[in-house]
Amino acid sequence: MAIQYAKDEQNIVTLTLDRPDRSANVINAEFGAALAAVLARLQAEADLAGVIVTSAKKTFMAGGDLEWLYAATDAAEIFASAEALKAGFRTLEKLGVPVVAALNGTALGGGLELALACHHRIAINDPRLKLGFPEVTLGLLPGGGGVTRLPRMIGLQASFPLLTEGAQLDPVAAKTAGLIDELADDVADLLTKARAWIVANPQAAQPWDKPGYRIPGGDPRQPKVGQMLSVAPAMLKKRTFGNYPAPEAILSVMVEGTVVDFETASRIESRYFAQLATSQVAKNMINAFWFQLNEISAGASRPKAVPPQETRKVGVLGAGMMGHGIAYVTAVSHLPVVLKDVTLEQAEAGKAKIAALLDKRVAKGKLTREERDAALARVQPTADAADLADCDLIIEAVFEDRSLKATVTQEAEAVVGEATLFASNTSTLPITGLAKASQRPSNFIGLHFFSPVERMKLVEIITGAETSAETLAKAFDFVLKIRKTPIVVNDSRGFYTSRVFATYVKEGLALLGEGQHPRAIESAGLQAGMPVGPLALSDEVSLGLMLHIREQTRQDLAAEGQTMPAHPSDAVLDVMTGEYGRYGKARGAGFYDYPAGGKKQLWPELTTIFPPQGEPLSQPEMIERLMFVQALEAVRCLEENVVTNAADANIGAIFGWGFAPFKGGTLQYINDYGVAAFTQRSQALAEKFGDRFLPPERLQVMAASGAQF
Amino acid sequence: MSQEAYIFEAIRTPRGRGKQSGSLHEVAPVELLATLMREMQQRHDLDTSQVDDVVLGCVTPIGDQGADVARTAVLYADWDVDVPGVQLNRFCASGLEAVNMAAMKVRSGWEQLVVAGGVESMSRIPMGSDGGAMMLDPKVSSKVNFVPQGIGADLIATMEGFSRGDVDAFAVRSQQRAAHAWENGYFQRSVVPVKDQNGLIILEQDEHIRPDSTLASLGKLNPAFAAMGELGFDALAQQVYTEVETINHVHTAGNSSGIVDGAALVLIGSKEKGAALGLKPRAKIRSAALVGTEPTIMLIGPGPASQKALKLAGMTAKDIDLFEINEAFASVVLRFMRDMGIEGAENVNVNGGAIAMGHPLGATGAMLLGTVLDELERTDLSTALISLCVGGGMGIATVIERV
Repeated sequence: MAIQYAKDEQNIVTLTLDRPDRSANVINAEFGAALAAVLARLQAEADLAGVIVTSAKKTFMAGGDLEWLYAATDAAEIFASAEALKAGFRTLEKLGVPVVAALNGTALGGGLELALACHHRIAINDPRLKLGFPEVTLGLLPGGGGVTRLPRMIGLQASFPLLTEGAQLDPVAAKTAGLIDELADDVADLLTKARAWIVANPQAAQPWDKPGYRIPGGDPRQPKVGQMLSVAPAMLKKRTFGNYPAPEAILSVMVEGTVVDFETASRIESRYFAQLATSQVAKNMINAFWFQLNEISAGASRPKAVPPQETRKVGVLGAGMMGHGIAYVTAVSHLPVVLKDVTLEQAEAGKAKIAALLDKRVAKGKLTREERDAALARVQPTADAADLADCDLIIEAVFEDRSLKATVTQEAEAVVGEATLFASNTSTLPITGLAKASQRPSNFIGLHFFSPVERMKLVEIITGAETSAETLAKAFDFVLKIRKTPIVVNDSRGFYTSRVFATYVKEGLALLGEGQHPRAIESAGLQAGMPVGPLALSDEVSLGLMLHIREQTRQDLAAEGQTMPAHPSDAVLDVMTGEYGRYGKARGAGFYDYPAGGKKQLWPELTTIFPPQGEPLSQPEMIERLMFVQALEAVRCLEENVVTNAADANIGAIFGWGFAPFKGGTLQYINDYGVAAFTQRSQALAEKFGDRFLPPERLQVMAASGAQF
Repeated sequence: MSQEAYIFEAIRTPRGRGKQSGSLHEVAPVELLATLMREMQQRHDLDTSQVDDVVLGCVTPIGDQGADVARTAVLYADWDVDVPGVQLNRFCASGLEAVNMAAMKVRSGWEQLVVAGGVESMSRIPMGSDGGAMMLDPKVSSKVNFVPQGIGADLIATMEGFSRGDVDAFAVRSQQRAAHAWENGYFQRSVVPVKDQNGLIILEQDEHIRPDSTLASLGKLNPAFAAMGELGFDALAQQVYTEVETINHVHTAGNSSGIVDGAALVLIGSKEKGAALGLKPRAKIRSAALVGTEPTIMLIGPGPASQKALKLAGMTAKDIDLFEINEAFASVVLRFMRDMGIEGAENVNVNGGAIAMGHPLGATGAMLLGTVLDELERTDLSTALISLCVGGGMGIATVIERV
């Protein structure tokens, strides 16, 4: 039985959520049946004094059954199941006796919705206990009464961010927000307080079931509230560009639901829930952020034969922006780290930046003073390679220069043990080539961190030709240990992320070269769901670096006896740098002007230098070019075995360069479009805009067979 | 010579009970309209950019149905942005007023294709929510001797000698005829089911209807307006109608129109525009008329308005095949029949009316027009007269003829 039933001498029934044979409770058909059974039993009790709802697991309940929801395609079935669950919750809150949620652990999504259907909520005051509605992050809404109850509890305005942003609050913040009513010290205190509340409130009913009830802060028919609500869709679209149906649906349920009675509001919520759950966006997001992310964390790309590997001490070479960031994430993950630079002053400057990052976390209340001091104490700045001696993982983060990297590799290898791993944080230089400087190329691997390291969740692990399975396994386990997401790729120019990312930027330049309006290009990028437009991104990366990488590629290919294929962005890059000396943001001028103290603005001369030719492309066409070019490159990476599975490709794209999350990643973009339709459209784009849009053979085969990524 | 105005299409939503438990309470009024607009567009593959205006009745145009619900619905339903929209209010006649105004626009030659209709979500926006001086400003209501409509209806019954049995019998007939029409699919062509965003049906039939009503069951209902009459409204009415000794309160919830949610649309245009768009003219609007009458008794407008409309069309009551008179109250229809010299006639409201199916204020006039046009076609008759009584002492009538 998923819910235990126990009645005590005070006639209080404790319902304990306890899913058999599993570590966490979940809302599914089995739970629904158990709820119906205990409700029937509660209704049959003659002398019931109250009900406590708690959990036998570490968490209270973390939400709904995503496997079922992901597979569900029938809106009528989803609607009916949401209605059934809600009918149960409604029965619970209308039992006529006080019902208390005793939150012994995390309550998210459906778990928190169950708690909201109780009259009183008490949580153990443990900062690891999280409360919130993360549904929106999976393209869904809380369909178990969450959007109906929360505004009725805390008002429309206060509910809006909690429901549309999916924040997970600790108990103190949740109490401030009005999600819960009381804090407890531990389980014993929790249950004592729950009983005390039941005894003190024998007549408990929900506020919305009491006569004269008004929504806190007013309902949408009041002019003051109406005014606030009129700007809410604009606020949403400002950040979603209309690509995310879930926050819009949540707002609709909030507004439509608060001008009608509770039951009608509930039904409106179920209808929107069914719509979202059957939407392609939800499927994309659940696929990426649930299934594929879990697949990655479970080690799908890790050699299975190698047992778990522990990293005990890390050496970071170079205390610059990447180096100190890597040292920081290592130290906060409770690993000692040696931060080495050429001089002690440079190393200490790096440590000072780590201190600043830690202080920021303390100021935000995310870290205690003691934790901060302990983390900082784990960082040992040095200029002496001998201090690396007992490190079992060295990560170099020095300038992107082959000979410099070779020097630091050899310097470190001279002092460390034979088993020590050597990782290069290169974003562009092939790992197999760098490994040539190493005495132990089987211990050599690429760990490509993203900037800023403390914020970017992805680490791209690159295996060289000689990298051993043990090395890969240890690197993989280390990345998980520092709470980053590892994807594993094979050595190739630009690896996976830089290679595919570059196609987006270059396509933007190509569009400019064709005379498309620069603002329309940037707008297309943003509307496509990319975090930054391609021209602004070029300025960030710097046109100089793009030029440098291009020339390096040309030389490398020449050495292999190949010619680099021409790209329409080449001319744009040459004109911008060669003729106008505009190298990007760092140099104060690129595609944008960067007025001192002002907001960047597109350089007005762009429309003169790249004048319009013929009819401008429509936004949808530009959006397709910017997205197709990335998706196609991702397919080529898969075809060339640079990435080996869809999870790594999709998550790498979203976490690496912010590829439109609502599309679920580069390869999922193709599933979303339809593999056959995508292939056909690629062909058409290739005919119009060039061979870079030609569908790779693998895609054609898949289109013919009806396969998906 | 002005051009004729033709009716190409008339559709409506089913009517939901106008309270929280009603099926359409969860559906916003703009969504009811959008349901019909999408249907209208799809049914005729209509190039909506050709529509010159959308004229919609709505009697309580605030909240969900405020701020020009016509233009709002145009944009929400993905009709061409070029299509303007206007909301009008002639109380209970609004839906037919919209039709008549559309016909006038077309007949003026200034517009070629106009959508008329109306909407009312009475469950969401209760009658009277928009206030108004006629009822709420003492110097005005006192001047016009305002009494609620139900008092006016009871006054009509009293003066005409309609007994409780008479009005209840009429109500039973309305219920039976409406049920018969539904059972036989007479409304099939024009009632568009309301669905949710997933395509799940929310309501596909009028749900106010009570086919099992009998004289006995209706006889048990309490008079609805006796108590408020007692407070002073009866006395006020008697000060105007000095020969009335006692007002006989015969109207109940069972023989008055039902409070419901619903919407209706009618597509009206010139012959040329219809031909250009491949629209088949079903009927033409022969005439339209309005009158004002004494406001205290309020509900006697249908007779004079109909006479006026018939005169305009060069017709008499004998030339009309079917009458469709809004069943605001049973006595209104009975009085109308007497006024028109057709007492006891069988060709009035042949498929029931608002007593059975409900009266969504802003939409009803357009619903009546569509209902009677369907019936003309089904029975292969030619002419119909549609009329409604109107708050404030007005009446409206429209004469149509199949083509």
